[in-house]
Amino acid sequence: MAAKNTDQKSEWYISNFKLFEKSLNGDGASEVHSLRRAAIARFSELGFPTTHDEEWKYTDISRLAKVPFKSVLHFDPHSVSDQTIEQFLFGNRRWQRVVFLNGHHSSGFSSKSSSAQGVKIENLAAALKNDSNFVRDHLAHYALFNEDPFTALSTAFFKDGALVVIPHGLILEEPIHLLFVSDGNEDEFVTYPRNLIIAEKNSQATIIESYVSLKDNRYFTNAVTEIVLGENAVLEHEKIQLESESAYHVGTLHTSQSRNSSFVSNSISFGGSLVRNNIRIVLDGEGAECTLNGLYVGTEKRLIDNHTAIDHAKPNCTSHEVYKGILGGKSKGVFNGKIIVRKDAQKTDAKQTNKNLILSDDASIDTKPQLEIFANDVKCTHGATIGQLDDEAMFYLRSRGIGLEEAREMLIYAFASDVIERILPEPLRERLHGILHKRLGRSRN
Amino acid sequence: MQLLEINNLHAGIEGNEILKGIDLKVNIGEVHAIMGPNGSGKSTLAQVLAGRESYAVTEGGVLYEGKDLLAMKPEERAREGIFMAFQYPVEIPGVNNTYFLKAALNAIRKQKGIEELDAMEFLKLVKQKGKLVEMDESLLNRSVNQGFSGGEKKRNEIFQMAILEPKLAILDETDSGLDIDALRIVADGVNKLRRKDNAVILVTHYQRLLNYIVPDLVHVLVDGQIVKTGTKELALELEDKGYDWVRQEAGVNA
Repeated sequence: MAAKNTDQKSEWYISNFKLFEKSLNGDGASEVHSLRRAAIARFSELGFPTTHDEEWKYTDISRLAKVPFKSVLHFDPHSVSDQTIEQFLFGNRRWQRVVFLNGHHSSGFSSKSSSAQGVKIENLAAALKNDSNFVRDHLAHYALFNEDPFTALSTAFFKDGALVVIPHGLILEEPIHLLFVSDGNEDEFVTYPRNLIIAEKNSQATIIESYVSLKDNRYFTNAVTEIVLGENAVLEHEKIQLESESAYHVGTLHTSQSRNSSFVSNSISFGGSLVRNNIRIVLDGEGAECTLNGLYVGTEKRLIDNHTAIDHAKPNCTSHEVYKGILGGKSKGVFNGKIIVRKDAQKTDAKQTNKNLILSDDASIDTKPQLEIFANDVKCTHGATIGQLDDEAMFYLRSRGIGLEEAREMLIYAFASDVIERILPEPLRERLHGILHKRLGRSRN
Repeated sequence: MQLLEINNLHAGIEGNEILKGIDLKVNIGEVHAIMGPNGSGKSTLAQVLAGRESYAVTEGGVLYEGKDLLAMKPEERAREGIFMAFQYPVEIPGVNNTYFLKAALNAIRKQKGIEELDAMEFLKLVKQKGKLVEMDESLLNRSVNQGFSGGEKKRNEIFQMAILEPKLAILDETDSGLDIDALRIVADGVNKLRRKDNAVILVTHYQRLLNYIVPDLVHVLVDGQIVKTGTKELALELEDKGYDWVRQEAGVNA
């Protein structure tokens, strides 16, 4: 392996780690702390990726790497009002929620913890203090920092996030909402949201993970979520990225699925200046299935990169993936869909589609399927399309009196809306339809 | 009163001239049939009138209600009362039929200065007009033309015409691909929509549609020009003898 660039950019984080360690006062001997140390050591070896790295070939993150982002050490929870938070709740206050402001847990805005149904919803920092078994048995077991510098940074620096445990056999009808708000009162700060979600055997739930900002300023969200599904568990995960147009966002989702479990990931990227979503699914039990849906809308000079990897580790598993992108202005999209079928994973059924609508001459997409198949009795299909709006359909709509702009919007909306239609919680779906309508009005710029 | 006046219209696509000097006048209250062999330019004429941008007009002009039609965008033409029933209606996945039609109707009403219809009023109109073409209501909740049979697509075109109430309807081979029952339903629909204050141009290859919709005038289009105009008897003669005799009579080599 070529020598890595542990240059000034990486040095900033490495030297900050020493300060960070001091702020952790007294935790030095804990298991998590040795994990942090191992992670920063690994980061110092890896450094930030460049476009010479295969995984980052089309996504130049140098503008992110060169900013000395600072951690938010102190935070005033009264700087944000109830009404401000209310607008990000998708119109439903009944849902259990955990709210984080600039990476800090806000007990005031979070639901009062009720364990009526036995669901465990708490913040990770509290769970760490209590030396929770869940944390010890699962944290950093799935999102491995050895391969990925951003996961290494998260593991070294994370302060808080959500811990959700859906106990054995429980079927939760209402979704749980994890809300991450950046107030933008400070410039150039970084947060490391870190979530751990455990759906035990035979449980069912929906988790919404949303990222929003109050002001349009430059900051960096480096989020890592790990999800474990027990046997027969059913989990839907909605990742809703609505951050400001100057924000940098690297979001990583790693799952591990047991036998006959079913996982749905809906990933909606509407915000951010530079967004990279990493998803890695491990189908680690026979008969497990996963569905990955994605929608990304690029405007202006934004870059949105979705890297997904589905690891068919056991036989008889099914994966179904549809990602759709709308790219206007000078925006750029990247889609990389990796499917690994291990030697023993016979009767794998994997289907992957990536469709892109390019609305301007300066917008672009790099899309790449990446199939690594080591079994011989499998069904794997993949397809990618890149296109403009259909002239025939445009003329048809206009010939009925519908104006050019409205006709365009109708067709773009039609292209995108089926991804949103797959999202289960209705208030969220409705809100996203509304946001999409607004975004499409701007997607030509 | 004159509604449409086409003068020496030349038009083509990608440098190929298809229409080579069309002259045609349509008055309010009239039904005109334009017949001709394949490739004669019938559909091109319909598309040019509806505003299809891929066709370039190289010479001549079109007046609609005294205004320069060719200067108008497709949606402006529709709002001014022109409607073309497509030969091949486009499937538009994801765009709901009812939603689309309501947006179209309200765009046209807005132009006319009439109040836009709300959802309830629109639904009433849909029910009433749907009967005209025996439209299966379940089709209306689907995406535009998606998964419709050939006959259902054509019926949907006439249904749209019933809702939008154009002044000038251009039916581009609406009869093609229809069995006799479907043809009768479509023709009945068109007849019910005929009024003293509108006009219809029927573009067709076959005479059989004219058994149901009786035209005032029949024009024969050959190689981009109208070579003969007559009454409905001309259509029967064409059915009987084919197009070659008109060609010879007109001295066109096609």
